[in-house]
Amino acid sequence: MSVVRLTAVTLAKDLRLEWRSKDAINSMLFFALLVVVIFSFSFDPNAEESRQIAGGLVWVAFLFSAIVALNQTWAREVRNQVLDAYRISPAPANSMFLAKAIGNFLFVALIELLTTPLFIAFYKLRAIGPAWQLLPTAALGTWALVVNGTFFAAVSLRTRSREIMLPLLLFPISIPAIVGMVNATSSILTGDYSARVWIVLLLTYDVIFTIASFLLFETVLNAE
Amino acid sequence: MAGAARSNSAIVIFKDVVKQFGHFAAVRGVSAEFSAGRLYAILGDNGAGKTTLLRVLAGLARPTRGVISVLGTSDLKSASREIGYMAHPSLLYDELSAMENLLYFAALYGISKTESCSNAIQEVGLDPALSRPIGQYSQGMCQRLSLARALIHDPKILLLDEPFSNVDVRSAREIASLLGRLRDSGKTLFVVTHQSDLLEGVADQRIWMEGGKIVAREERQ
Repeated sequence: MSVVRLTAVTLAKDLRLEWRSKDAINSMLFFALLVVVIFSFSFDPNAEESRQIAGGLVWVAFLFSAIVALNQTWAREVRNQVLDAYRISPAPANSMFLAKAIGNFLFVALIELLTTPLFIAFYKLRAIGPAWQLLPTAALGTWALVVNGTFFAAVSLRTRSREIMLPLLLFPISIPAIVGMVNATSSILTGDYSARVWIVLLLTYDVIFTIASFLLFETVLNAE
Repeated sequence: MAGAARSNSAIVIFKDVVKQFGHFAAVRGVSAEFSAGRLYAILGDNGAGKTTLLRVLAGLARPTRGVISVLGTSDLKSASREIGYMAHPSLLYDELSAMENLLYFAALYGISKTESCSNAIQEVGLDPALSRPIGQYSQGMCQRLSLARALIHDPKILLLDEPFSNVDVRSAREIASLLGRLRDSGKTLFVVTHQSDLLEGVADQRIWMEGGKIVAREERQ
């Protein structure tokens, strides 16, 4: 069976599991809503200040929400030691990695779609720069979070306190991507400078870390 | 059929296999050969190294030293199509039904036929039409389904870790009878168990482990 077909089968299984349990989506949505509401009570910015800080706020909310999904998707594989059934099969490790990364991307993207209108409403946001650039920024930024997150969630899978270990491993290595996401979003909202360089940075980051994760994942999956 | 399927040629060979976890050696220099078409009951106290031996054979744990040869190759990944493994935990998703579980695991072996999954579920005495998630199954039903998962790709070698644990006596006897039939069909089975009486008349050889070593092998009279 091809890598693409196996990826599709594993992704379908993960989506079905999430549809039945709704563990990741509910936790992520709740967390993202909390961030929106708490920040809106904590600050009372005018429209200009909102544009300056929104990039950071939005991505902090998405980053912490993503952590919830990343932990959940692997937790399912540890329960009943199901991962062992995959490890002893002839299925390639990268099919599982790709399926998990795409699944996490879909979960985080869904939360972004649901909470972005709230951010716009609460912070009275309006893009002065080219708004269409928010789309590649969101797509590349989300992929940067989930590709590394999926990989490091697998690395921390066998550690005793994996919920703490994941952010410890993920956040430092995500700093270049976070800088790219926040600056690209802020530049689009304020129109002060071009977002292009930040989008290129995100694209480069995504390519490098996707390749690195693909190359290393089999070792991580089969680690004892 | 049984006689035709059995062979004296070694299907699994252990050569001085050691498996250490830190300073603790769970398996200590096991050297043994196992023939095709036989059922081996692996017995011993807790901590004797039985489960580790199965995990090493399944390719889930790399030996610290020594070589394992399965069907003539020491590359266990390449032999994975011919190995079925049933662990103490179910290795199944609680949120999925029996059929959904088996369809997924069958796909990992390139099998996409619903009929194969249906047959495997029936073979272990379950109803393929049961649509409830297996998280609601009894322990015995989970054990049976776990066996069906190990059988789904029709492997030549079956590794079963405690298949009778938490199973009622009638179900345990049915599973033991099924294992006998699988052996008769030419498969080689390694069954780790504390309930050796259930394999009375079914096991071809009893293997006793102690302190990570095989200390005795006894052929069926």
